[in-house]
Amino acid sequence: MRPVSYSRATDVATAIGAVSADPESTFLAGGTTQVDLLRIYVEQPRRLVDINDLPLNRIEELPGGGLRLGGLARMSDVAEEPELVRRYPMVAEALLLGASPQLRNMATIAGNLLQRVRCSYFRDVAAGCNKRAPGTGCSAIDGVNRGHAVLGTSDCCIATHPSDLGVALVALDAVVQTEGPAGQRNIPIDDFFLLPGQTPEREHPLTHGELVTGIDLPPTPAAATSRYIKIRDRESYEFALASVAVAMSVAGGRITEIRLALGGVATKPWRARRAERLLDGAPATTESFARAAEAELAPAVPHAMNAFKIELARRTMVRALESMARREGTA
Amino acid sequence: MKSYQALRTAPNPDHAVVRGPGEVEVHLQVNGESRTTTIEPRVSLLDALRDRLELTGTKKGCNQGACGACTVWVDGRRVLSCLTLAITCENREVTTIEGLSDGDTLHPMQQAFLDCDAFQCGYCTPGQIMSAVALLAEGHAGDDTEIREWMSGNICRCAAYPHIRTAVRRVRDQGGRGDASR
Repeated sequence: MRPVSYSRATDVATAIGAVSADPESTFLAGGTTQVDLLRIYVEQPRRLVDINDLPLNRIEELPGGGLRLGGLARMSDVAEEPELVRRYPMVAEALLLGASPQLRNMATIAGNLLQRVRCSYFRDVAAGCNKRAPGTGCSAIDGVNRGHAVLGTSDCCIATHPSDLGVALVALDAVVQTEGPAGQRNIPIDDFFLLPGQTPEREHPLTHGELVTGIDLPPTPAAATSRYIKIRDRESYEFALASVAVAMSVAGGRITEIRLALGGVATKPWRARRAERLLDGAPATTESFARAAEAELAPAVPHAMNAFKIELARRTMVRALESMARREGTA
Repeated sequence: MKSYQALRTAPNPDHAVVRGPGEVEVHLQVNGESRTTTIEPRVSLLDALRDRLELTGTKKGCNQGACGACTVWVDGRRVLSCLTLAITCENREVTTIEGLSDGDTLHPMQQAFLDCDAFQCGYCTPGQIMSAVALLAEGHAGDDTEIREWMSGNICRCAAYPHIRTAVRRVRDQGGRGDASR
């Protein structure tokens, strides 16, 4: 690890001021991704501004029935918040199916969204990687790419977005609250994650020194029966090969509301809008679910080792939708 | 609604200043004792414990947050000391495996690991025990499935998992408390 200087910020304005004044400084929160990447020289700031003491770890009611998750709330605390579990179970499930108990005690909600990819070439400073070192090529495209993305890729980057939480949040149309040198912003979660395109080094629309202060979950009655299903190589403490966040309401055998997102298969938490359009108003049957899953995966681009993810994602979507339909008592 | 603010102690205003990148004095509370060490800000809690404070019970396995061998408690919560910078633990309470026993009298979980043959090489064991005691405090030891899931952050290359679960069940069924008190 490169030598770094350290300060501990006690208020939001000081933290933002300290980071924005120095291009080689960065915020330090839970550190679970960051300290690892500092140690292997993938990230090399000269100054860390510790924000763990900032008053951004609360979970609060929003007027109108939503919840605001403080950016520094820990994964473990959010996952056990009774109102979150009651109103947005897929968020709690996504959190508890991620990482390990120790990491969940450390990692923050904001840091979870900002975590970096687990592509082995991104982590290897001797390998070409357009995300880590723009212009050096993507080693994964012709390399070991079993874990890589099939949706949202480009000829510059095919790294999978690793967050489970993000998948549930894009299904819910969450809103990211930020504060930076230019003031406060609300960023719709789907805009918060950028596709790699020709600039994979740019993952979020944040300016230097802009801090994620919170995440708003809008009131979503259908989310009260939502689920998060995660398929992986081992049963626990592993990233997704494919995952699905789903909320669905059914009336008279027809789907009246559908929220669907995919993880483990795309370069960002993937809102399954093609599938949602086909499912909205359709009969809640396996035939509808299969057709929607097929349509969502139609644009998928496989590489040498990850073609299995397309079929895995289809099956996971159908299984998730069938389980929701059974819960709604219509199938 | 529940607020988690109470989990954090009040910050020391002196810490607003920039420290490092060279060595600086860092004041830690470890196992109830005040300890001062001189380290660079980049030093992990794991390295500070082992190399500076001579508390070598905490083990360095992967050093990248994947194995759980370095598990300690910070403010009573189990965390990975390899991904924690020591300087960030000022004003927090650190507990290591050395803080579990009462003199020569082992914590019930330590005794259960011995009695149940819950290790082979023993390298992951301090981390396993720190996780296991925390697991009981968290209330996630209801059955073997739950124990397995909530112990999944501690890898045992010897695969002593069935005996580790036996040890956890034993302390649970004895009404063992999930803290360092006896």
